[in-house]
Amino acid sequence: MTLEEIRRQLNLEVRTAPGKLGTRVTGGYASDLLSCVMAKAQAGFVWVTLQSHPNIVAVASLINLAGIIVTEGMAPDAATIEKAEEEGIPILTTELTTFTVVGRLFGLGVLGVDDVGVW
Amino acid sequence: MSQVTRLQELVYELKVVEVMTTKVITVTPQTTMAELREVLRQHRISGAPVLENGKLVGIVSIEDLIKALAAGEMNVAVRDRMAQEPVVLRTDDPVVLAVDYFTRYGFGRFPVVDKNGNLAGLLTQGDITHGLLKKLEVEYHEEEVRRYRASHIFEDIASDHTSVSLHYDVVAHEFEHAGEASSKIKRALNRLGFSPQIIRRAAIVVYEAEMNIIIHASEGGALVVEVRPDRIIVRAVDTGPGIPDIERAMEPGFSTAPEWVREMGFGAGMGLSNIKRCTDEMRLQSPLGVHTLLEAVIYLDQERSHGGNRGVQKGSR
Repeated sequence: MTLEEIRRQLNLEVRTAPGKLGTRVTGGYASDLLSCVMAKAQAGFVWVTLQSHPNIVAVASLINLAGIIVTEGMAPDAATIEKAEEEGIPILTTELTTFTVVGRLFGLGVLGVDDVGVW
Repeated sequence: MSQVTRLQELVYELKVVEVMTTKVITVTPQTTMAELREVLRQHRISGAPVLENGKLVGIVSIEDLIKALAAGEMNVAVRDRMAQEPVVLRTDDPVVLAVDYFTRYGFGRFPVVDKNGNLAGLLTQGDITHGLLKKLEVEYHEEEVRRYRASHIFEDIASDHTSVSLHYDVVAHEFEHAGEASSKIKRALNRLGFSPQIIRRAAIVVYEAEMNIIIHASEGGALVVEVRPDRIIVRAVDTGPGIPDIERAMEPGFSTAPEWVREMGFGAGMGLSNIKRCTDEMRLQSPLGVHTLLEAVIYLDQERSHGGNRGVQKGSR
């Protein structure tokens, strides 16, 4: 499963790093608390959150996440977008809620740390 | 940095002179179309600049030749068939301008002239692709060499105790730059050739320590990463206000971060326990009202490292 397939299936809007959508997604994680993401999300995971400030890019970049899905119509500001382009982190946005996004990801076979057996 | 972004940058950085072909086959205005056919065939090219006394006066292509052939005018001179005053590129033009020219004019090649108007080379789209790939390859190779050299630092340098110390300043409450020190540290460790598992653990430690300074310190502090042959030691120092109850602070979920910080997703009270989970030794000192000193150690020896068995991919998939 690539980010591009997820983008198509969930009809997400690509805000940054369109060149990185071919990245293979190894799992998913959802939280708005950055420390939890740092602790649990694994390399190659897609992260679902409604945070949209520049620090989400730092987190994603530090632990090599495949990309970030920002939910509920939250718009990443200019600084977030600039940083994400710089670091090559794809940010995709949607009006859907985090719950729905996660549900649909599960439907596509994207699992969390509890089920992929990496934790 | 993503390759796509680097490619975009290169298109602006590279000059036409760096990617153009300098061995240019030229003809003169007096050359006949029949002679031109031989020149193009012999050199397997599809066009040539026309020079008169060293000055560029036109350009003639295989299309002009086909038209002349169809009209049975192979004895006509190139002068009468060439495109006059051709669109040229200059040696110091950026490659991005050349890309734009190819799209705008639809020509297969552009003559390149120097600042005196003399022909310096010829540029095709193939030359651009080739030049960009070559440059990327050189940069990739340079990065590989740098990484190789850096990862051998402990073998190359003879001393009784070798360590590399990296110092980063962190300014309190500067959320817009949060994570920058950690990013730099991660890149440095990557260059030093550590495994992804070690880098992940170190990245989590330095990120949480950096955020603690940004959120809680009154003025700021510093992150110092010391790399030794057998361990990585992360030290985070700040200017206060200190931690009143270290035991409480260590409890997962306990946080003193203000509400607005928590709304951004920071200050969940997980920072210190995250650091503990990722390290083999952790010490936290904080005489109240003075500075806070955090020392976290990651063993590089996998046998001794307990942190390596937790929070790290086991490859069971």
